[in-house]
Amino acid sequence: MTLRAPPLSAVHQRADASFTDFGGWEMPVEFESIRTEHEAVRDEAGKFDVSHMGQITVAGPDAATLTQRLTTNDVTVLDPGEAQYGAITDEDGIMLDDIVLYRLPEGAADEFLFIPNAGNDGEMTERWLSERDERGLDASVMNRTEEYAMIAVQGPDAPDLLAAETDISLAGLSRFEVADGAVAGVDSLIAQTGYTGERGFEILCPPDEAEAVWGALECQPCGLGARDTLRLEMGFLLSGQEFHPVDEPRTPYEAGIGWTVKLDTEFTGRDALAGVAADGPEEKLIGIELIDRGVPRHGYDVTTPDGEPIGHITSGTMSPTLGSPIALAYVPAAYAEPDTSVRVVVRGEPKKARTRSTPFLDR
Amino acid sequence: MSFDVPDDLRYLESHEWVRVAGDTAAVGITAFAQDELGDVVFVELPEEGAELAAGEDFGVVESIKAVSDVYAPVSGTVTAVNDRLRDEPELLNEDPFGDGWMLEVEVADESEVDDLLSPDAYRDQIE
Repeated sequence: MTLRAPPLSAVHQRADASFTDFGGWEMPVEFESIRTEHEAVRDEAGKFDVSHMGQITVAGPDAATLTQRLTTNDVTVLDPGEAQYGAITDEDGIMLDDIVLYRLPEGAADEFLFIPNAGNDGEMTERWLSERDERGLDASVMNRTEEYAMIAVQGPDAPDLLAAETDISLAGLSRFEVADGAVAGVDSLIAQTGYTGERGFEILCPPDEAEAVWGALECQPCGLGARDTLRLEMGFLLSGQEFHPVDEPRTPYEAGIGWTVKLDTEFTGRDALAGVAADGPEEKLIGIELIDRGVPRHGYDVTTPDGEPIGHITSGTMSPTLGSPIALAYVPAAYAEPDTSVRVVVRGEPKKARTRSTPFLDR
Repeated sequence: MSFDVPDDLRYLESHEWVRVAGDTAAVGITAFAQDELGDVVFVELPEEGAELAAGEDFGVVESIKAVSDVYAPVSGTVTAVNDRLRDEPELLNEDPFGDGWMLEVEVADESEVDDLLSPDAYRDQIE
């Protein structure tokens, strides 16, 4: 299989980045060092090439009806220029993907643009098309992943950095809002969204002009390594780790994003999720902080202090900001209360740990 | 990018170095290895008195992104452990051939040193 490469690939190679295969894309994982990049975002600002994320547009008279039928959140509350987070579930309420859905600003040719995870763009386009055809809806659905570069600039200095390069007033753009604007003279969509917990923006622009945008945002380039440690400190989900239709089948309630499920709307998976909501999920995603030395990693077992297996780590790292080992794990609801004493088994050795609420950082 | 490969050391293909002085050998990981790993956040080492067997793993180095076993270049008894790595694992990144040393070993069989890579052979491997 040939890996897909982001439009800025050559730029990253010149910057001596190291690369990794992520969701079928060859993406920069590290430019300087994960710690340096992570700290830049927490203290100043960093920029990420996130062109591996998908872009799918939905237009036409039934665009809202169609999108409402496939996402857990209520898309009808969105005004033009607003965005929301949501999940896409199957008939059993199992998460297939999590997305940010933008209702595009007035005057746009398309009504909605949504961002599935890397490598899911083809499947999600098919999902929208088959639902449309099954219900005889009037909507056009286009996979535009190859037509967009996506650049995130994140961190406390991000607003000032971007303000110097754009022709729109960022003061008028709130969190989870999107506007048309030029960045370094390149016509773009500018959204105040991100995956780091810091203030920041995601910029969608044409691939052949992405280098001008990337170059104008003068701050630390960051790879997927720092993107992962930053999101993990916030307890944000990563597709493929905290949920996966085969390897980690989870409902939004288990994954801790029950707030995105609007049971008063009609969508695939709604009835199954109504049942889960009534009974409460049997297992929950929780934060874990190790007290003993060690680094929790994906797949490690979680046990009671007596050694009884109760769950497993989905993501873990040494938190660069806190300097302590943190993780996300699924455990039975009875163990999900913060400050429950548990063990994480690291290479056969049970390490003392406690459950924690997320985010791990106050932001 | 070229990495420091000191001429007074011998090397393993798995990127450990050994500095032999009499019947004592200091052991660590190379500048190339620490760069591949990235920010080291945790080091797990045996205790003094532990017996190492050449070619067997004796510890673990964890960076933010990876877990890596460390292999013994020579057989012998551990006579000293670099306790600073417990609280300052980043020494492996900052000074892999100096303050980032991991162990000292009383060498059981000096002929094993002859089987290790010369600095030139290791340079060829990482280029």
